[in-house]
Amino acid sequence: MNLSRRQTLALGGAAVTVTLLPISFAQAATDDAAAIIAEFTGGAAVGEGDIELTAPEIAENGNTVPMKMAAPGAASIMLVATGNPTPRVMVAHFGASAESRLSTRIRLAGTQDVIAVAKLADGSFIQSSKSVKVTIGGCGG
Amino acid sequence: MISRRDFLQASMATTAIYGASGFGKWSRLAAQQSLTQDKLLEFDTFGNVSLIHITDIHGQLKPIYFREPEVNLGVGGAKGNVPHITGADFRRLYGIDDGSASAYALSYDDFGALAKSYGRMGGLDRISTVINAIRADRPDALLLDGGDTWHGSYTCFQTEGQDMVNAMNSLRPDAMTFHWEFTLGTEKMQEHIASLPFAALGANIYDSEWDEPSDLVEPYKFFERGGVKIAVIGQAFPYMPIANPRWKFPEFSFGIREQRMAEMVDEVRAKGAELVVLLSHNGFDVDKKMAGNIKGIDVILSGHTHDALPEPVLVGETIIVASGSNGKFISRVDLDVREGRMMGFRHKLIPIFSDVIEADKAVTAVVDEQRAPYLDQMSEVIGQTDSLLYRRGNFNGTWDDLILDALIEEREADIALSPGVRWGPSLLPGSDITREDIFGVTSMTYGEAYRTEMTGEFLNIVLEDVGDNLFNPDPYLQQGGDMVRVGGMSFSFDISKKQGSRVSNMTFLKTGEAIDPAKTYVVAGWASVNEGTQGPQIWDVVESYIKRKGTVVVEPRQSVEILGT
Repeated sequence: MNLSRRQTLALGGAAVTVTLLPISFAQAATDDAAAIIAEFTGGAAVGEGDIELTAPEIAENGNTVPMKMAAPGAASIMLVATGNPTPRVMVAHFGASAESRLSTRIRLAGTQDVIAVAKLADGSFIQSSKSVKVTIGGCGG
Repeated sequence: MISRRDFLQASMATTAIYGASGFGKWSRLAAQQSLTQDKLLEFDTFGNVSLIHITDIHGQLKPIYFREPEVNLGVGGAKGNVPHITGADFRRLYGIDDGSASAYALSYDDFGALAKSYGRMGGLDRISTVINAIRADRPDALLLDGGDTWHGSYTCFQTEGQDMVNAMNSLRPDAMTFHWEFTLGTEKMQEHIASLPFAALGANIYDSEWDEPSDLVEPYKFFERGGVKIAVIGQAFPYMPIANPRWKFPEFSFGIREQRMAEMVDEVRAKGAELVVLLSHNGFDVDKKMAGNIKGIDVILSGHTHDALPEPVLVGETIIVASGSNGKFISRVDLDVREGRMMGFRHKLIPIFSDVIEADKAVTAVVDEQRAPYLDQMSEVIGQTDSLLYRRGNFNGTWDDLILDALIEEREADIALSPGVRWGPSLLPGSDITREDIFGVTSMTYGEAYRTEMTGEFLNIVLEDVGDNLFNPDPYLQQGGDMVRVGGMSFSFDISKKQGSRVSNMTFLKTGEAIDPAKTYVVAGWASVNEGTQGPQIWDVVESYIKRKGTVVVEPRQSVEILGT
């Protein structure tokens, strides 16, 4: 069988339980990235590990920037846009049978680092970050 | 200090790849004043595979003058390395004599005088002669087009690229990748690509809605040549939706997508590729970084930044070949591929001296057929120039200064902005300026000349933003054009600083006063990437200005002070 990624995504969607938690604006607006991550981890140390964050080097459109996160075995993944007025973008919780990977699009207020933090099944945390540039554009040769 | 030549030999000794470049030969020939077609094409056929690379033709069907840049600064790891070496330093590096044909073709000084001796370069009919000669040596040579082909001339604009599609088909390419082609719009791209009798490639061309590979093109194509299984992977210009108006092709997404490229290399190797060729529109420094990060690419045929390099650059075991622009050069790369790997190469950057290389009459006929319906319109003389008009350079060129003057006067503006593109033929002092010449430096599908108001603060943000696209030390954050050209204002620019602190001393030339961040200025410009931009076409603005002046004089200007080099 020859599955396209589109079909795979559709199939995968059925098996994955993903919950996007809406974030309260008033609270998040004043948070900074470190505090938000600390809240997510309960202050536990965040290490490196098998977590992948895929984002473009330069956003084609800052209003809708594709992000992919994957952390095999993760119970949940949080995405933080450190330079946004509301840095906490989302937390995804994965069911036991899920692959713990997710694609979404987010809005970025400007050039900044985005950070994905995964909570693993054993309660430990790992993270990966990526710098994404947002530019006015024009003038390419 | 280790010279580049020593370095090239040293790296080859350690990697078991050995190579040779035919460049020295035509350099010496030129000095002897014995430039002939046979000698330009002389090449000891080598190994079992031949690649022919042409890129960034920008719609130039006929021979043209094209002056290479005087200022092409590198930052970070690129500082002081090719292609960021120009003029006398470039000639010294490659052992080129001053005043020679090579000096004329590859560097900038004395351009006007040398152009009179050595004549125009390029022309698709001359290019065809060279390709035919290579095919006579090696009938199954691969012809690969790096893109920026269906853009840049009067006929290309009027026919929406059909002239170039027709003319290129007569050269029988094997594959192509893309950049400016997409500015024709999605529908036209689909139509052209469906008609191509060769492969349209782009591993990084994605469907923007699903962020998965687009079915418009293939990521790679296999060829069996000389008993060798060759995979040619395409890489389109990564930053098209940022550098060009994405609303013209909203269905597509691009990006560098290094992981995708690594996967494609692994995939073609797993399918038995013995030679992996990347047909790239990344730009030279991006290709260098990619060659360093991804193992398994044998040859990168590099386009976009318009660099013409007499010898390949080696990164690990990858050779990077840069073949210039506007039809001035093609590269021939012969390869010895055995036991599933590249064992050696022989390379020649072949300059297309149009007075030396005979035209292929069949292709002349195709070219002339494309031009015939528009000949009267485009050959109309609009005015004359007393100055050498050229574009290339990181910060300015006389063609752009002329366009900026036209914008300020015709649009009654304080300050003018003109995009830092690298295409557009040069004109010699004493020449007529025809409508075709004006289109050669302005033709595009979003040429509307806007007139708007900007604060001093916003002007500063624009300069800093564009400056970072050129001088960010990370090649993956560079877009490969040059700095936006500015008229009516001078400034200092420190290439060693970070975004936000490169631009200083912004001065309003009309009054000699410092630009006030809070004050509003009337700004005229063109080539906006925003949808719905209104105004007359830039070529009409420039034509009206030149017509009014009769004869233009544009001496090189020093309105940008460059610091931190």
